[in-house]
Amino acid sequence: MTKVAIIGVGYSGYAPLTPHMSFKEMMFEAAKRAYTDAGINPRTDVGSFICCEEDLWEGISITDEYVPDQLGGAQRAVCTVSDDGLVGLINGYMQIKSGLTDVVVVESHSKLSNVVSQGDVTRMSFEPYYERPFLTAETAVALEMRRYMFERELDDDIPAMVVAKNKKNGLGNPRAPYSAILSMDEVLSSPMVCEPLRKAHIPEPADGCSVTVLASEEKARILVDQPVWIRGVGWFSDTPWVSQRDFSKAVYAEGSSKMAYKMAGVNTPAKHFDFIEVDDSYGYKELQHLEALGVYTKENIKRAVEVGETDLRGPLPVNPSGGKISLGDMVEANGLVRVVEAVLTLRGQGPRSLRGAKHALVQSWRGPPTASGSTVILEV
Amino acid sequence: MRRVAVVGAGMTLFRHRMLETGKEMAFEASRMALDQAGLDIKDVDSVVLGSAPDAFDGVHMKGEYLLDGAGGTRKPYTRVFVGGGTGVFVPIAAWWQVASGVADIVLVVGEEKMSPLLPHPQYAFWSIFDPILERPLGVTLLWIFSLEMRRYMHVYNVSEEDIALVAVKNKRNALDHPAAQLAANITVDDVLKSEPICWPVKRLDVSPTSDGAAAVVLASEDIARRITDDPVWITGVGWNVDSTYWTNRDLCYPEYLEKAANMAYRMAHISDPKKEIDFAEVYDPFDYKELHHMEGLQLARRGEAPKLTREGVTQRDGDLPINPSGGLLGVGNPIAAAGMMKIAEVFWQLRGEAGKRQVKKPVRRGLAQAWGDLMQVGTVVIMER
Repeated sequence: MTKVAIIGVGYSGYAPLTPHMSFKEMMFEAAKRAYTDAGINPRTDVGSFICCEEDLWEGISITDEYVPDQLGGAQRAVCTVSDDGLVGLINGYMQIKSGLTDVVVVESHSKLSNVVSQGDVTRMSFEPYYERPFLTAETAVALEMRRYMFERELDDDIPAMVVAKNKKNGLGNPRAPYSAILSMDEVLSSPMVCEPLRKAHIPEPADGCSVTVLASEEKARILVDQPVWIRGVGWFSDTPWVSQRDFSKAVYAEGSSKMAYKMAGVNTPAKHFDFIEVDDSYGYKELQHLEALGVYTKENIKRAVEVGETDLRGPLPVNPSGGKISLGDMVEANGLVRVVEAVLTLRGQGPRSLRGAKHALVQSWRGPPTASGSTVILEV
Repeated sequence: MRRVAVVGAGMTLFRHRMLETGKEMAFEASRMALDQAGLDIKDVDSVVLGSAPDAFDGVHMKGEYLLDGAGGTRKPYTRVFVGGGTGVFVPIAAWWQVASGVADIVLVVGEEKMSPLLPHPQYAFWSIFDPILERPLGVTLLWIFSLEMRRYMHVYNVSEEDIALVAVKNKRNALDHPAAQLAANITVDDVLKSEPICWPVKRLDVSPTSDGAAAVVLASEDIARRITDDPVWITGVGWNVDSTYWTNRDLCYPEYLEKAANMAYRMAHISDPKKEIDFAEVYDPFDYKELHHMEGLQLARRGEAPKLTREGVTQRDGDLPINPSGGLLGVGNPIAAAGMMKIAEVFWQLRGEAGKRQVKKPVRRGLAQAWGDLMQVGTVVIMER
């Protein structure tokens, strides 16, 4: 079966507010960049278009109606995967692997600046009878954060160090609107939202659109000089009930990474990757995810943060792009945003210290209250 | 490309208001499909769910909410969505998981619970329109479909009587369906005299709003041959979405459906669908849509479908049975589950398991189709013994 490569990436927005662009214009701009990057014409070269979005974030029911035109997909095979952008990418990968088509476009976007009440919308994703009356995103997250920190014996300063690291990484990334030099003390003195969760732990909302172009090996070799190969994919869900989960670990990240490692033949994830892009919501999620991915263990994760192993210049840079903390929360686009970052870094267009990187892992999580996530392994 | 088989199917009752929650309905249909395949949830590699707007349930990320009911806990699980076309699209999204070799056994679930939305589920559809250009008009789906129906009648000189024949046929076919919601013995006159909702659309031209779920199990060739003597193969899949700007299109003919069908026909090596398709479950939320879709699928020439219906060709004992299940007009229209019901019906018909609904002529190849969005999406699956 054919190998699958990412041959083009494009982005647009990546800002707290984008009043000069509608979501359609943002999609058009990102798609145009991705098509130019891949050297394709969407009207003749693309077999399938996939968009990842959710109705309530868009404020439009059956929101896939509003997708085709600005991507060049009218009267073509277009569909919506109501999931994280990374799962959309995985579906595109499978479409090519199955032989259905040889070029697939995957798009995901966020126009959170249009959402007046983000907290209320998130609240509507909680189970309506038993969980919604009691929980909000912040309280559910704080419960899990507290439990995780308790079990790993982490002080408040460890998640704060992750936040500070990612804010700083973002300063080297022209696309990261929320990057900053932020000391650990500043994180710890930011307002308490729901103990131990502070305002500085929470990724700020952002607008943005990411588009990737995938192609079969044959097409990729004709079209571009530097394809980025997708070596393994995985997606996985834990129980939807917040109350039934083991708060100390990210089962979804474990499940999705095992699937991807098996496909890619990765036996020692701790040594395999030159850098990793994981979901870093609230600081502690980065650590929980790194454990679930098998890159660190519950014994050595604390020390890894303390000695700076995951820093940009450390032995295993984690979130060199600045992560969700610096790039902002782009809801369903989060996974695809990181794929774009990883692809640019693998092509040598990322941080200088990562020139020559060959192996990368991208992991994503759909955010509270879900326990669904995905993993993709990339290689040049 | 690996061959992919359907090995089991199941569905709940379709009713205006089910007491079961969405999770419970998804569970019931999944359990039935797995039982028919002789499998257990632990054998399933991956689950794909289809469900239409989140607005019906008032739950954001409805896929995550229905996850455990559909059997997705601690599994790769995802939801796909192409509006009303979702029902026939979910098995397509499961098909590429198996065909690509990523999964061997995939559970495919379509669920819809429209009844929580009060006073009427139709209200959710107001929010599908363009927020700036169309919503201020207070437009409903019935308005735009009456425009389409009127245009179809005008261009091909089709009478209301001819269209009513479809409702009569499908509601009668549904009398033999144990899960049907609106099976009835009615006459053309009943349809013509029923209350106009938005002329030319009358009450009996329209399918009901429904709750329900349906599921099928897909398996790779080696597994299918091991667990059943009678697998039904998916040999063609196709889907297509037209421009958002429905006002700029000639509504008399669904070009997007023609393109979706051609994608599936190419894959299934079908050059003359009229001869090579033995029977079809086409999407019939309105009676005129059955005719419209037959033409888009090239099972009839443009404007010819009413004539075939009049001549009885589309009856269960005709040459080209259309909607032997009773379709959406008879069995009910829980959107994503309705499309999945059609997939299940093609499966049961091809296996000779449709009981009183079994079409007269021997069948080897069937087609299921759904339609949705702003008169914009066509999804097609071709299945063979």
